[in-house]
Amino acid sequence: MNLLKSILKYVVLLFLLLNVQLGFAAGENNKAAGATEFDVREAILEHLADSYEWHIITIGQKHISIPLLVIIRSQESGWHIFLSSKFYHGHDEYKGFYIAQEGNYKGKIVEKKPSGEEIRPFDISITKNAFSLLLNSAILIGLIMYVANWYKKKNQNKDYKTPKGFIALMEIFIMNINDDLIKPCVGKDYKKFAPYLLTVFFFIFFNNIMGLVPIFPEGANVTGNIAVTLVLALFTFVIVNFYGTKEYWREIFWPDVPVWLKVPIPIIPVIEVVGIFTKPFALMIRLFANILAGHSILLGLTFLIFVTVQLGPLINSSMTVVSVILSVFISFVEILVAYIQAYVFTMLSAVFIGLARVEGHHQH
Amino acid sequence: MSLLTPDSGLLFWMLFSFGIVFFVLYKFGWPVITKMVEDRSQYVESALEAAKEAKLQVESVREEGAKILAEARNKEMQLLKDGADMRDKMVEDAKQLAQVEADKMIQEARVLIQKEKDNAIKDIKKQVALLSVDIAEKILRKNLDNQPAQIELIDKLLEETITN
Repeated sequence: MNLLKSILKYVVLLFLLLNVQLGFAAGENNKAAGATEFDVREAILEHLADSYEWHIITIGQKHISIPLLVIIRSQESGWHIFLSSKFYHGHDEYKGFYIAQEGNYKGKIVEKKPSGEEIRPFDISITKNAFSLLLNSAILIGLIMYVANWYKKKNQNKDYKTPKGFIALMEIFIMNINDDLIKPCVGKDYKKFAPYLLTVFFFIFFNNIMGLVPIFPEGANVTGNIAVTLVLALFTFVIVNFYGTKEYWREIFWPDVPVWLKVPIPIIPVIEVVGIFTKPFALMIRLFANILAGHSILLGLTFLIFVTVQLGPLINSSMTVVSVILSVFISFVEILVAYIQAYVFTMLSAVFIGLARVEGHHQH
Repeated sequence: MSLLTPDSGLLFWMLFSFGIVFFVLYKFGWPVITKMVEDRSQYVESALEAAKEAKLQVESVREEGAKILAEARNKEMQLLKDGADMRDKMVEDAKQLAQVEADKMIQEARVLIQKEKDNAIKDIKKQVALLSVDIAEKILRKNLDNQPAQIELIDKLLEETITN
């Protein structure tokens, strides 16, 4: 405890010193630049949103970022593939395409028609999130295949050994989800759905955790993007309804309620049908909102430092300390949230699948 | 708000990457791991079962061994006892035989002694008769003066010898 305390003391002291200096420098810089106001809302939204390049750092007026691949198809000129560095951080036009600075398509690539109208081309650019998604998917496949290969090798020899180290950790993790989450939630034919649910869990968990790593090439707000959670919820929706039993559909269209609730005006069936869609919708929103909120809080706490620059070095440095301590705390909470949200998504998917697999137990 | 509208490009990439991850792990990832772990736990279970059985077997073998050992020990005891009995019997027999022999010898000796004794008594009687004759002679020589007494004595003596 004593050691920890003294380490903490030095860290705080270091931050104080560093930030007093930085604060002074920033203050002078701001005065020189004409004290441009720092727009927190804009900055947070910008960081949460997707982008065509990977912004790493801005030194003075110079932006340093990694360009990503733009793949678009214009209705008039066909396919275009080029690096986003052609836009010069969104300020330039390239082949008639440019990044909209305002309007409906703010931050997206648009094309100007001869008539002066802005239209959005078909856009499957590898954006920051898409790049992160592909990278994380590749790492995830690599990790799981590495574990699976170990087992394959051991299985061939019929040499049943218990793994050690990383593979043992993964085994505990995987079997915990398999046995304690999927098995009880889905029911007796859980083996059919276990691969999907395991994929969902590890996909979400891995992307959540990677979203918390603040340095390139991670830290993109992947699972906090609605397109990502939409696809995940869509998969669950399709599987639930595709594998729904007769009993499941009967319970939706002819539930066990008084007849007047379903015959002239099908009140309950309508509610049930709406329920089919609200369940995955809730899944989508829950994951999206949780991860988005986590990222927002972390960004907000970080921007506390920049916002307080104008208030003088003393407040700025003390707020920096507060910001760092709170960020560390929230980061730990976010690691927990990363696990919980993956767990909840998987559990609810499993429960929905289990509910759709009901067997007829009444006589009609 | 743009945060709430899903972007088509990202939708495409998400479908693409999640689809691939799902397919690859569904085909080559999860089943291998879960099956292997389940196989292993089954194997462990069966191994435990086998170990239990083997333990039982060992137990029964040990019991059998103990039984055999006990039997052997019993037999040994029996043999020892038999040997001891036989020995005792032999000793007893020998003793009896010796007794009989000894009795016979004693009997013979007794008879012999009796004979010797009888002989000796006869001898002694003879000696005594001779001695008494001698003594009587001597006495007679001395006391011939007393006639009647002498005659009486002679008669007495005669009587005695005759009865003897």
